[in-house]
Amino acid sequence: MKIEFSAFSHAVIHTEAYIGQPKVKSAAAACRLINSTIQIVEHQEALRTSNALEILSQYDIIVDATDNAPSRYMISDCCVVLGKPLVSGAALGLEGQLTVYNHNRGPCYRCLFPTPPPTTACQRCADSGVLGVVPGIICCLQALEAIKIASAVGEPLSERMLLFDALSARIRIVKIRGRSLQCEVCGENSAFTKQQFKDFDYEKFTQSPLSAAPLMLNLLPEDQRIHSRELKERIVKGEAHVLVDVRPAHHFKIVSLPNAMNIPLSSLESRLAEISSALKEEEKRKLSGFESGASLYVICRRGNDSQRAVQLLHKVGFTSARDIIGGLEAWARDVDPNIPTY
Amino acid sequence: MQLTLEFGGGLELLCASVKIHNVDVSPNNEVDKLTMKDLLVWVRANLIKERPEMFMKDDSVRPGVLVLVNDCDWELSGQLDTPLEEKDVVVFISTLHGG
Repeated sequence: MKIEFSAFSHAVIHTEAYIGQPKVKSAAAACRLINSTIQIVEHQEALRTSNALEILSQYDIIVDATDNAPSRYMISDCCVVLGKPLVSGAALGLEGQLTVYNHNRGPCYRCLFPTPPPTTACQRCADSGVLGVVPGIICCLQALEAIKIASAVGEPLSERMLLFDALSARIRIVKIRGRSLQCEVCGENSAFTKQQFKDFDYEKFTQSPLSAAPLMLNLLPEDQRIHSRELKERIVKGEAHVLVDVRPAHHFKIVSLPNAMNIPLSSLESRLAEISSALKEEEKRKLSGFESGASLYVICRRGNDSQRAVQLLHKVGFTSARDIIGGLEAWARDVDPNIPTY
Repeated sequence: MQLTLEFGGGLELLCASVKIHNVDVSPNNEVDKLTMKDLLVWVRANLIKERPEMFMKDDSVRPGVLVLVNDCDWELSGQLDTPLEEKDVVVFISTLHGG
């Protein structure tokens, strides 16, 4: 994984000088700057079931700071198979969570979460944003737990979870369940072997990808979609149209196209009347009589939610609705580079 | 019965982005104690403003939601059968995957 600008906000370890370089290189360099005597081994490859056993078996303590659900299940299961403690930290927005799994007969990730959450509940920092200080704090606490486990001092955060809410400046430490006897991986009667681990399909299990690449849906027939360049041409020609931006309101506030109206996807169904009246207004304003009606275009950040919105709009009778392929990101790339992307 | 309910890890978005709710919930009848099962039904009807499926599945919370009664995992107190007392604090928190 390479560093992009957004990764900065993201961790205390990466610096500007390493933009475009692998995160592994950047993190290793930062650690060496602090302490040149430590031994650092760089694994510059994606962690998969094919290499996880070999890589993780070389270490005594594993620290999970990954960004998606399948990786978290995979790393936890691998730690159970190998008998390694796992220091697990997560952050999103202005909240962080931290706990230690599979340590001193404590629970594993699956004891807590035997069934994966629905994919819509698995927000990633790249999509939903995170304030860099928050993962920075969680990472430092993870380092602390790792040091405690390595030196066998104090009380590791096993069977407890630390919940950090930056906005209200509160840290709460709660008691969580112990190892589940029924756990499919670490339970009494489970026999989750190295081979089963290697064969397990974590992407299928969680219905989400292990890789960081954003999802690119393709839900619509071609005639219900339009490229940003073509739309720009139509706007310049003065085509009668209404542009609906279906991103959440706080995204819309960051940046939006001129004359776009914001109706977040979650409230689209209850606000259809606003679209009808906007179309009527536009027709009154622009149409000279021989044209067929105002067009309806839908945009979002990357072109996924806009397709979901167009599906819904067609279902309720807005048959002219089309989605802008690739969303605002495509608009910024192909039409107006001054539009900031986030 | 006065209870404090808290939503976190993104679940607050389902209740108009309000994280802490001080609520008054009464048991179904005078004899029975209020349990978590009753509370979930109440929350769904009174606090959840959108996408209830992101909060509940069947008669429990959806996978990936931790429930804490007075800072303790409800698995340790009887899950849906956990009895609630005056001034209890119930936290619903969605597990985070980001990092």
